Amino acid sequence: MEFIWEGIKESIRLILNGDPELYQILHLTLKVSLTATLLAAIVGLPLGAFLGRKKFWGQKIILGIFNALLGLPPVVVGLWLTLFLWRSGPLGNLNLLYTPKAMILAQFCIALPEVIVFTAVAFSQISESFFRQVKALGASRKQQLYLLLKEVRLGLLAAVIAGFGAAISEVGASIMVGGNIYQETRVLTTSILLEVGRGNFGLAIGLSLILMVISFSVVGILTYWQRKGY
Amino acid sequence: MKRIFVLLSLFFLLIFGAAGCQEKGATPAKTTTPKNPEVILATTTSTVDTGLLDQLKPEFEQKTGYKLKIVAVGTGQALKMGEKGEADVLLTHAPKDEEALVAKGYVIDRQPVMHNDFIIVGPKNDPAGVKSAKDLNEALKRIYEKKALFISRGDDSGTDKKEKSLWKAAGLNPKGQSWYKEAGVGMGACLQLASEKQGYSLTDRGTYLAYKGKIDLALIREKDPGLINYYHVMLVNPKKYPKVNYEGAKKFAEFLLSPEVQKEISEFKKNLYGQSLFIPDAHK
Repeated sequence: MEFIWEGIKESIRLILNGDPELYQILHLTLKVSLTATLLAAIVGLPLGAFLGRKKFWGQKIILGIFNALLGLPPVVVGLWLTLFLWRSGPLGNLNLLYTPKAMILAQFCIALPEVIVFTAVAFSQISESFFRQVKALGASRKQQLYLLLKEVRLGLLAAVIAGFGAAISEVGASIMVGGNIYQETRVLTTSILLEVGRGNFGLAIGLSLILMVISFSVVGILTYWQRKGY
Repeated sequence: MKRIFVLLSLFFLLIFGAAGCQEKGATPAKTTTPKNPEVILATTTSTVDTGLLDQLKPEFEQKTGYKLKIVAVGTGQALKMGEKGEADVLLTHAPKDEEALVAKGYVIDRQPVMHNDFIIVGPKNDPAGVKSAKDLNEALKRIYEKKALFISRGDDSGTDKKEKSLWKAAGLNPKGQSWYKEAGVGMGACLQLASEKQGYSLTDRGTYLAYKGKIDLALIREKDPGLINYYHVMLVNPKKYPKVNYEGAKKFAEFLLSPEVQKEISEFKKNLYGQSLFIPDAHK
């Protein structure tokens, strides 16, 4: 029990003291996870919309594949990316291994299936009668699109939230492709693992509380938008 | 609701703002930047878990202008990275395996950096009588014969390699025995496990000192001749792997072996633990 108290005190001390190492880790954590989520949204939202709306041969198979990828263990992503990014690997010339870019790439791979599947679900739930109604009311193509987006916006935000949650909480792939390098690729999840290895449970608990606050805050902001209906 | 949103937004602005300033402040005035500034060091977890390399990294970077990427993966994987040319310089603690890499020409210029020692920890009442055994082989034999619980790292790390070689030297093979558990985790987690299950384990002194107050295990055996833990630095052979940053790797090895850094190593965390975690070995 005393560890937990120690951890709570530690997290408060870290935040109040403006510990520079902590802020750097926070900055990198948010930079990596938000960039990965943004990229996953840019690629995943249109793809998910397409897969959810258009009926074509193979649509079910592709969706099935992304559904299966939802269960893709992050360490597997980490291992395969590492193999590809090695100096001797096919992408070795890019010099990406052990950089934040590699971590963004890994988190992108983990977040993308979430965004695609949630988006597809949101789009597939809109009934055909909605379109008939809209057309009957004489809406232009632009107006149709606007109304459609308005209808699915809750689902789309849910998709982005799910993607972000998967990205920021991930540790296995981040530590493999990032290397958990001090001041360069050390994020909250990987530093928690490191501090446990060092026996600094107080600090690890402190960091875990901060990670929870960050993660809940981002989700909170997105949920607020969702409610507001931006 | 609106107020919460504003507060949260402010919170993030603060974080990004503070981190932004921090980043600018943290970049030291570089000396001349070398042509190929990135040096990848593959090393064992103990050098990072103790905090030693975190302390040395900024000094090295400021002195030479190189950027050191420390990848702490455990000696087994670090050696593999050297063998595949994925790292530029290695700092590991598995003398036999290191010598094999040197013999095969994958690494060159292997030099001693420092040492500390391994210890055997276990339940305070020492049920197998390890403490009173006349030597290390006898101690292991007692664990074996009493079927006392033993927690092994089981992860091919330097410590794991050492432990396996000790069993071998004692003429015993505990693998597969019900009392011999291979954990497959780092040193800290392994000690935690040994403490919870009240078993014996082999550990490096540094990790034990860091964990001492948090676990219910006693130091059972130390200072046997077979328990010294040597760390060596070596460079990945640029003739085998042209992509290797040989110049940077050489600079880092020189830095580690320089008298100032060797002195720093001997004083590292001495105040905290009342004893040196590492004893420097260069220039002997």
